[in-house]
Amino acid sequence: MTGGRERDPAQMQPPPVFLERQSYRRRRLMDAARLLPILGAALFAVPLLWPNAGEGGVRMSVAITYVFGVWAALILISAGFGIAARMVQPGDQAEAERKP
Amino acid sequence: MTSLNVLVAVCLCYVVLLFGVAFAADRWASTSRSTWLRSPLVYTLSLSIYCTAWTFYGAVGYAARSGLEFVTIYLGPTLVMIGWWWGLRKLVRVGRSQRVTSVADLISSRYGKSNTLAVCVTILAVIGVTPYISLQLQSITLSFNIFAEADPGESYVEQSSAFWVAAGLAVFAILFGTRNLDTNERHHGVVIAIAIEAVVKLIALLAVGIFVVWGIAGGAVDTLARIDASAIGQWQVNHGRWATITFLAAAAFLCLPRMFQVMVVENDDERHLRTAAWAFPLYLFLMSLFVVPIAVVGLEILPEGSNPDLFVLTIPLGQGQEMLAMLSFLGGFSSATSMVIVAAMALSTMVSNHIVMPIWLSAKGGGASVSGDVRSVVMYARRVSIAVVLGLGYFYYRMSGGGAALASIGLIAFAGIAQILPAMVGGLFWRGATRTGALVGLTVGFVLWLFTLLLPGMGPEVLAPSVLEQGLFGLSWLRPQALFGIEGLDPMVHSVMWSMSLNAAAFCIVSLLSFPSPLERLQGAQFVNVFEHSAGPRGWTGSVAQSEDLMIMSQRIMGAREAQEFFQAEAAAQGSRAFLPEPTPVFLERLERELAGSVGAATAHAMIGQIVGGSSVSVEDLLAVADESAQLLEYSSRLEAKSAELGRTARKLRDANEKLTQISLQKDAFLSQISHELRTPMTSIRAFSEILRDTDGLERVDITRYAAIIHDEALRLTRLLDDLLDLSVLENGQVTLNLGQGMLADILDRAASTVLTGTPKPLRIRRNSGSEQVVLQTDLDRLTQVFINLISNAQKYCDAADPTLTVSVHDVGGRVVVDLLDNGSGVPADAQKMIFEKFARVGADKAGGAGLGLAICREIMQRLGGDITYLPGQGGGAFRVSLPLGLEIAAQ
Repeated sequence: MTGGRERDPAQMQPPPVFLERQSYRRRRLMDAARLLPILGAALFAVPLLWPNAGEGGVRMSVAITYVFGVWAALILISAGFGIAARMVQPGDQAEAERKP
Repeated sequence: MTSLNVLVAVCLCYVVLLFGVAFAADRWASTSRSTWLRSPLVYTLSLSIYCTAWTFYGAVGYAARSGLEFVTIYLGPTLVMIGWWWGLRKLVRVGRSQRVTSVADLISSRYGKSNTLAVCVTILAVIGVTPYISLQLQSITLSFNIFAEADPGESYVEQSSAFWVAAGLAVFAILFGTRNLDTNERHHGVVIAIAIEAVVKLIALLAVGIFVVWGIAGGAVDTLARIDASAIGQWQVNHGRWATITFLAAAAFLCLPRMFQVMVVENDDERHLRTAAWAFPLYLFLMSLFVVPIAVVGLEILPEGSNPDLFVLTIPLGQGQEMLAMLSFLGGFSSATSMVIVAAMALSTMVSNHIVMPIWLSAKGGGASVSGDVRSVVMYARRVSIAVVLGLGYFYYRMSGGGAALASIGLIAFAGIAQILPAMVGGLFWRGATRTGALVGLTVGFVLWLFTLLLPGMGPEVLAPSVLEQGLFGLSWLRPQALFGIEGLDPMVHSVMWSMSLNAAAFCIVSLLSFPSPLERLQGAQFVNVFEHSAGPRGWTGSVAQSEDLMIMSQRIMGAREAQEFFQAEAAAQGSRAFLPEPTPVFLERLERELAGSVGAATAHAMIGQIVGGSSVSVEDLLAVADESAQLLEYSSRLEAKSAELGRTARKLRDANEKLTQISLQKDAFLSQISHELRTPMTSIRAFSEILRDTDGLERVDITRYAAIIHDEALRLTRLLDDLLDLSVLENGQVTLNLGQGMLADILDRAASTVLTGTPKPLRIRRNSGSEQVVLQTDLDRLTQVFINLISNAQKYCDAADPTLTVSVHDVGGRVVVDLLDNGSGVPADAQKMIFEKFARVGADKAGGAGLGLAICREIMQRLGGDITYLPGQGGGAFRVSLPLGLEIAAQ
């Protein structure tokens, strides 16, 4: 049975160790995209460090500006990733899906 | 003043418009392959059913009560969407590749197509979502109320309006949710309608917000100043709630049946996620941007005690903005209807696939192939389920009295639905997750949620205050809101912490301890490694399956035309011209997936199981397969052994053939040689005898010389013939051995002196007389002959300047071994194999032997029970003679 099953010859080849510059960029872009929600969670947790109402409390307008500012920044960065991903890999979906 | 009648008319018009759009979209989707129906924008907008009336109206109320905490409801989904690369992408891929129809189907499919799990998730979803639906009904009724209060001329009955709203929504959901039983379970019409509603509610909220900020508050800066001056002017949140609700919203975003429906089931293209990853957070951002200003301005300008949940409506009404109020009303109406429709559709799919169908199938007993139209049964089950779900919502609304208790139900529902999260995430990322683990985890989480959040939230009629204060059965550590004695936590945080952590812990521990069934393991591998292989497990062994039965069944589920097309395509793919394909495992597996798109994985599995005869993967099957492969392995190893043996034999044959060819060549060479050898003496004998006969007056001396030559040549002939005779006798085994006893040293002495006497060419022989003192019982003359031969060979062929022959004697394992090693160049490697053959001569021109000496030696040694071999690699010609010490003479 060993080796009896037919295999796709492409599968048999070990993946290359070094990637082309474009593939390398693409993967790092994915890494960045993966890190974004962690960054977001951390930034949204920052208000937990603020003192509550009372002496030296944070004004609501500041809180709103901060939360919505972070939110908008996340959206912009995420949209940027979407556009960048589309530009870096025109139509090359298979490679991106195979392995991060 | 807008009269209630006008409002109702607008509502009806709006609904009719939605109907029309949905209907047109359905028609369009079925006739053309238009792309905008499947565009990322529509997908993103359809996700907006996350924003229900609870968020449309309730967010403002929430902000008025608790400040910025409302935003966590949106932050959770934002993080999930932004992090789509982590989990959402996989979820969608799995959903598409497995043709998952609902969140219950996903869980059931992952854990070995277990219907028990599907039923559990369905029940959990129904319990969690029903109050949520009644919340939507409440919001619509309340908004009607607002207009009714402003229009005292109309008689308005709140309860009946709730009923009619529920009925209308049910009709809409039934009409579009169950119009077709698509194998992909996609509803383009509904999705388009939802997208339009999403736009309406966004525009409505933005319009109210812009009106409030620039129309009332006097600009953005002034609004911020007003916010700071208001009752919620300072940052104040409960830290636990901030984190918990963010998490809950994220979890619910993934697990809510309606979200799963639009996000995974209705997804047309995975790449839409890439757009939705930023567009949906943007939608949420815009939805919440004006919430705090509206709340603050509402608190400021509206009379004390007005319901902050309805500020979105009451502010424009109070300011005399009839059209804006109407738009706002439509926004709230849109939020409520879209949520209710999709939730009812998703729930009905779950209920019909996982509860009604299994019951119906087992009640029918005989199998799907002989019973009535399954298709219509599924349809009816769905329609009835939608009606029942909405009915439940309505009755819950009636029961709860539509009071404030209902308002808090949104988060409670989130917490309930989030109990699915561990099983879902574990199923997607951990192959070790088992059915039992998921079942136990879900149960633990569900019970804890029920006990710590839902029941206490329903008021004293459901859960007695004594239980709340003293704990269940009077056990203080079983107090619903202070479990295990942990007090002082917000009830929501307390419940989520306990239920989620114990749920996840139970799930993990039981998964670790239990052992999954084969099907579970196959499905687990499929889910976890969905990006590596999208091919299905070979679940069916179709030997007993009847294609015809399968066809009949499929027609009833998929519809006659679709089923026939599918079967024909499969048959064509199998390369057969027949209408029905062979029931190969591949075909059965594909068919199961097709059916799963209509009735869910578990039911499809069961239905095919009924026809195929339950030959799905069982341990026995796997064992059989393993057995088979073991046999194959054994067979193949036997084959390998045989082939190796054949190879060896072939090699031997080749060797033999080569040898034979060489021998034949040598024989030819020998024949010409022997003719030459015989001819040379003959020629001289004839010539000299003729001289003797014909020449008169020969000198006496000459006569003697000639006669001597003749004699010598005759002797040479005789010797040659003797050798030939000797060999022939030895080979035929007719030789008689003349056994005697003697010292090896004496034999060697005799042989050496025989060879060396009177030869012009000197050969030095080095011997070790000590080791030669061996007594031998053998044919001494024959043995001497062997040594004579070897020594004379050395003398003849050794090409060293100072030829030396070293004779060494050893005792190896009871045998005497005599090595004769000269310092010449030895026998060339290619000739080594041949030297013991008859007529073999190394370098035919060198010396006058006939090439029989070594052949005779070998024959003699074999007769004497010994052997003679050539020792290669000794730095010269080396022969080894070995013979037994005693009387082990070979049998004659």
